[in-house]
Amino acid sequence: MPGTPSIQRPTQHQFNPYSDNGGTILAIAGADFSIIAGDTRQSEGYNIQTRYAPKVFRLTDRAVLAVNGFAADGNMFVKKVKQRLEWYRHAHAKDMPLRAIARLIQTMLYAQRFFPYYVYNILGGIEEDGSGAVYSFDPVGSYERETCRAAGAAQSLVQPFLDNQVYFKNQVPPPGRAHPTHLPLRDVLDIVIDAFTSATERHIEVGDGLEMYIVLAKGRTLQGVEAAQEISARTDGERVFVLRRDLKKD
Amino acid sequence: MSIMEYNGGSVIAMVGKDCVAIASDLRLGNQALTVATNFEKIFPVTDRIYIGLPGLATDVTTLRERFRYRVNMYTIKESRTIEPSTFAHLVSSTLYERRFGPYFIEPIIAGLERNPATGELSPYIAGADLIGCLNFAKDFVVAGTASDKLFGVAEGLWEPGLEPEDLFETISQTLLNAVDRDAYSGWGAIVHVITKDKVISRTLKGRMD
Amino acid sequence: MAVAAAAQTGFDFSSASRNAYLAERGVKLPNATSTGTTIVGCLFQDGIVLGADTRATAGPIVADKNCEKIHYVTESIRCCGAGTAADTEFVTALISSNMELHALSTGRKPRVVTAMTMLKQHLFRYQGHVGAALVLGGVDSTGAHLFTIHPHGSTDKLPYVTMGSGSLAAMAVFESKWQPNLSRQAAIDLVAEAIAAGIFNDLGSGSNIDVCVIAPEKTDMLRNYIMPNERVQKEKTYGFRRGTTAWTAEKIRSLIINEEVTQVGNEAMDTS
Repeated sequence: MPGTPSIQRPTQHQFNPYSDNGGTILAIAGADFSIIAGDTRQSEGYNIQTRYAPKVFRLTDRAVLAVNGFAADGNMFVKKVKQRLEWYRHAHAKDMPLRAIARLIQTMLYAQRFFPYYVYNILGGIEEDGSGAVYSFDPVGSYERETCRAAGAAQSLVQPFLDNQVYFKNQVPPPGRAHPTHLPLRDVLDIVIDAFTSATERHIEVGDGLEMYIVLAKGRTLQGVEAAQEISARTDGERVFVLRRDLKKD
Repeated sequence: MSIMEYNGGSVIAMVGKDCVAIASDLRLGNQALTVATNFEKIFPVTDRIYIGLPGLATDVTTLRERFRYRVNMYTIKESRTIEPSTFAHLVSSTLYERRFGPYFIEPIIAGLERNPATGELSPYIAGADLIGCLNFAKDFVVAGTASDKLFGVAEGLWEPGLEPEDLFETISQTLLNAVDRDAYSGWGAIVHVITKDKVISRTLKGRMD
Repeated sequence: MAVAAAAQTGFDFSSASRNAYLAERGVKLPNATSTGTTIVGCLFQDGIVLGADTRATAGPIVADKNCEKIHYVTESIRCCGAGTAADTEFVTALISSNMELHALSTGRKPRVVTAMTMLKQHLFRYQGHVGAALVLGGVDSTGAHLFTIHPHGSTDKLPYVTMGSGSLAAMAVFESKWQPNLSRQAAIDLVAEAIAAGIFNDLGSGSNIDVCVIAPEKTDMLRNYIMPNERVQKEKTYGFRRGTTAWTAEKIRSLIINEEVTQVGNEAMDTS
């Protein structure tokens, strides 16, 4: 209450092990591809720590992981997931399937239930049946397979835009026609880029650079997005490509 | 709890080609409980000015009456109708007067402004924070509990030079998709498109959950 | 009634008790628009150059991409504002108004110190609750003057100053490059560079660079002097097919007054 002197208590000091490093990630699944994207700005408060800190990582030729939240936790978590995937390769002489990676991430996150990794994960890639897939997680491992998901600082700006443009929410289809169930690669890329440029305009923590990982099902080609750089280990199975764009730096 | 979330609600205004549109949801809540689904937050000020008042419902009603009173006084004293830019400053002063005990309202103003020299009508939109800091935008202004979502969708969907019917689609889609991701807004929506010779008001079919 | 008469001017505190009650019940006040801001000013050979960015924020969201932070005080005195946006807007408008009245009553061109004193006394009276951090600059009969005014009413008089969340980035530029008796263009370039440092290195600042040059003979407000952050062309257009949105009711209010004139009696006048 104003005017009432507050009771003096001993000053308590507490170490806060977490911080928020801003940024946004997003993934969309197509019929036979997946796009996983993230901006590259890392910030704390009003400060930019770096303009290039990747938030999206290739795990295998059919799995890409995006991590957002507390950068230190994110990097350590990706490191540990990669380590577990390598052990799996040594034990089974093949890459872990996407749905198994998703379950692995759940157990790894829930193992830290009472001192969580302060990160939101989005896993994208190709399922064993050749379909594009996106899995999204909360910091303690609750997860779900979806067609599209945004997370991070600008989640609230991007997700409703995706609902409208990917799921065609609130749109009445033209008479006698239905909305498409899956969008072509070019359209999805356009939506991803526009989602990020929009988020950059209105959210101070989003900007600098954009990295888009494209995962293609076995036998599928890029078809018109040849500017992407290939980073897959083998070219006879699923393939992974990266596409980079500049975002505004203010 | 934030005071804006006590009753919930959101408003958006957009500029089109020789027209403006203003839209809001219709929810009135008591925190998470929806109390009414027909609570309008947008009110006509003159033939060509509308004001949206998202925020604390008691202040919505109070401010609506205060603005009605002050606009009537202006009309009588000046013997002319108020222009949108003048009205925006009236709103701003009314709010700043209560700098240290504000109304919990973030007003949005939309209208057509008459050029005194040529007599032409040009689109005018403005927003204000709860203590009356005006925001003149060339494209769109948003306010309320879904403001973040509205910013994101509007930034993606809005484009310049939309005809009234196209502006209706764009503002409606922006509002509906934004409020569907907001627990405190939604339950139907209303859109007003103001053109030089008519005002089209449509009640939208939106999700009721 | 004395109370009513006293309540005629200044702030109205009648809702303050209601809001204090709400606050006591744990209700958080929505955050007012603040200008995270980089604002600067520097002296040059024949006057003052002021600079500002154009971003206004509400938390991490950009509320206004192109707002004006260099406010008019008099023809040859201008004021940059950082902090609570409404406060900077109204405090400068109030002092601008009082400066005009002062000029009219004294019959002289008003001085920068007068504006500075009026601003600091107003801010001190409100004990920092009017959250305006200002850079005041201008030219008068006694020369060119540049001040910073803090929200509690303290002031500084310096040859080059910066304020706002981007003040450190901007001051880094001034500290390494400012020198006495800069030319007009050199001063404009330096101010623009200082603002750019704020825009690109401080998240609270962004968009465009506004510059104002105040010289004895005239003041030039260079609005959007540099626009380094224009949005690029979108990949796709997002127009919707008409009929995309489902609606249930329509009401059209026509603003055109139509009057049907019914002729009663003879059609034409008899002119025979």
